Amino acid sequence: MALTRAEVEKVSLLARLRLTDVELDRLTSELGQIVHFVEQLSELDTSGVAPLAHALEAVNVFAEDEVRPSLDRELALANAPKRDDECYRVPAVLGE
Amino acid sequence: MSWVDASAAQLRQDLEAGRVSSVELTRAFLDQIERHDSNVGAFLLIDSEGALRQAAAIDARRAAGQSIGVLGGVPLAIKDILCTAGQPTTCGSRMLERYVPPYDATVVSRLKAADAVIVGKVNLDEFAMGGSTENSAFKLTRNPWDLDRIPGGSSGGSAACIAASMVPWSIGTDTGGSIRQPAALCGVTGLKPTYGRVSRYGLVAFASSLDQAGPLGRSAEDVALLLQAIAGHDPLDTTSANVPVPDYAASLDKPLEGLTLGVVREHFGEGLDGQIEAAVRESLRVFESLGAKLKDVSLPHSKYGIATYYIIAPCEASSNLARYDGVHYGYRTDEKQMLAELEAERNEARVRGGERAADAVDSPLVRLYRRTRAEGFGPEVKRRIMLGTYALSAGYYDAYYVKALQVRRLIRGDYDAAFRDVDLIVGPTTPTPAFRLGEKLNDPLAMYLEDLYTVTANLAGLAALSIPCGLTANGLPIGLHLQAPPFQEERLLQAAHRFQRVTDWHLRRPRLT
Repeated sequence: MALTRAEVEKVSLLARLRLTDVELDRLTSELGQIVHFVEQLSELDTSGVAPLAHALEAVNVFAEDEVRPSLDRELALANAPKRDDECYRVPAVLGE
Repeated sequence: MSWVDASAAQLRQDLEAGRVSSVELTRAFLDQIERHDSNVGAFLLIDSEGALRQAAAIDARRAAGQSIGVLGGVPLAIKDILCTAGQPTTCGSRMLERYVPPYDATVVSRLKAADAVIVGKVNLDEFAMGGSTENSAFKLTRNPWDLDRIPGGSSGGSAACIAASMVPWSIGTDTGGSIRQPAALCGVTGLKPTYGRVSRYGLVAFASSLDQAGPLGRSAEDVALLLQAIAGHDPLDTTSANVPVPDYAASLDKPLEGLTLGVVREHFGEGLDGQIEAAVRESLRVFESLGAKLKDVSLPHSKYGIATYYIIAPCEASSNLARYDGVHYGYRTDEKQMLAELEAERNEARVRGGERAADAVDSPLVRLYRRTRAEGFGPEVKRRIMLGTYALSAGYYDAYYVKALQVRRLIRGDYDAAFRDVDLIVGPTTPTPAFRLGEKLNDPLAMYLEDLYTVTANLAGLAALSIPCGLTANGLPIGLHLQAPPFQEERLLQAAHRFQRVTDWHLRRPRLT
């Protein structure tokens, strides 16, 4: 099934990527080819096969609920592109 | 033979016997980097000062009769996707160009504790996505055997720096073949440990259910020593397995009598280069002469490996890379320009379709994310994020993601069945030798097919390694791929070591100009 440019544009919003017209055109064709390629899996009958999400299949790895030191705030903020003394700064989310 | 051509295991003995000091060795390798890295381009960061300081401290401790860690003061390089406290960790991406981690990855802290001398960080495909290292945002890495060719990827820097004798060993990571394929193409030995054998804490995530860090070196012995230093349970990574770590070096010399090697029928089909097939078949005869038995096996679902991998890995990547938002760390778009652009778009939309159209334009925060990510990521990373987001989106999740997970179980079932009859599986690491720079850059699917023989070990969570087993007529290295059941690294290393005792492919060096 071929992808449409409109679908690719919608996915670019979901992926939080802003793509140029040239990128949208190219990705529509490239993703179409890749999706066509991976669709070969549909020739396999997998009814009744349990999905394998993880090779180890470990579940519920618990740790003791102990207070341990965590990353110091200054260190955590040290790589922030924009910050104040305590917080990360972002553009206004509500209102103008 | 000069110091820089020796194996790490040999150098460790030379250090122990006092034939050379760690400072002398480190200087020799730094000189080699100085001479050759302008051509090869393996290093993103060279820390001469830090390495010499570390080496001097190890020499002083040795002189004082104190015990030295298993890596013994031998220089080493690390793929630039493992966090190093206080030193940039770029992942080959503009997104993290100025990122300085506040902590060490567990692999890095274990290397330091084992007295490795870390000379620098090496190049990779951006976020480890690629098979040629051409997706690095910063530089090209060239294959030391032929500078017009790619070193493989994504751990291209980790393999090229050994082939060019700039370090005797290094750390890489492998999500679908990213240690083994560059090891094969650069003529070095590289091991992808079992999923869970090595902690992923501080390894910048690409596909969390597949990523695994591992050693590259000159020989199976080198790789065994380096694995010893980094393997083992880590409470900071809940997916690291709490399974005892054996003494890998101790069992290297065990003879191969009684060992059965599986030869996969499907691995000798269409697309395999004739010279590679000949070298692999010759290697099988070597194993037979060492007392191993060969047995024909089938992995009927292996042909679906690439399709399965290129759904699962991008899905996990699209989720993992959502963290790059221009807020917490890393690159951020120019906010003033972004707001001006948005204002213009809203005005234009308002003229065209009124207030409702204006409201449909991105909010400032969403646009901040979108511009940051558009400017910070390169084409392959965008392609995979888009592919993963598409495959996970409403309406497609079952058809693509769940389907791929079901096929993943079938692929593992094939291995489980095969390993009931054989101890190891042997075949080619790559279908072709190193290709030319730029050759596959505009054909993502052709690049993906490079991983044909390697991805299934990641999907099934096996241990696997590549060792040099020949050279093409053009003098390009050929890799032999060995796969073992989970946590059977010992068996892999033993077979590789016995092979290297009677062959000299791992001792060949490229002529550097």
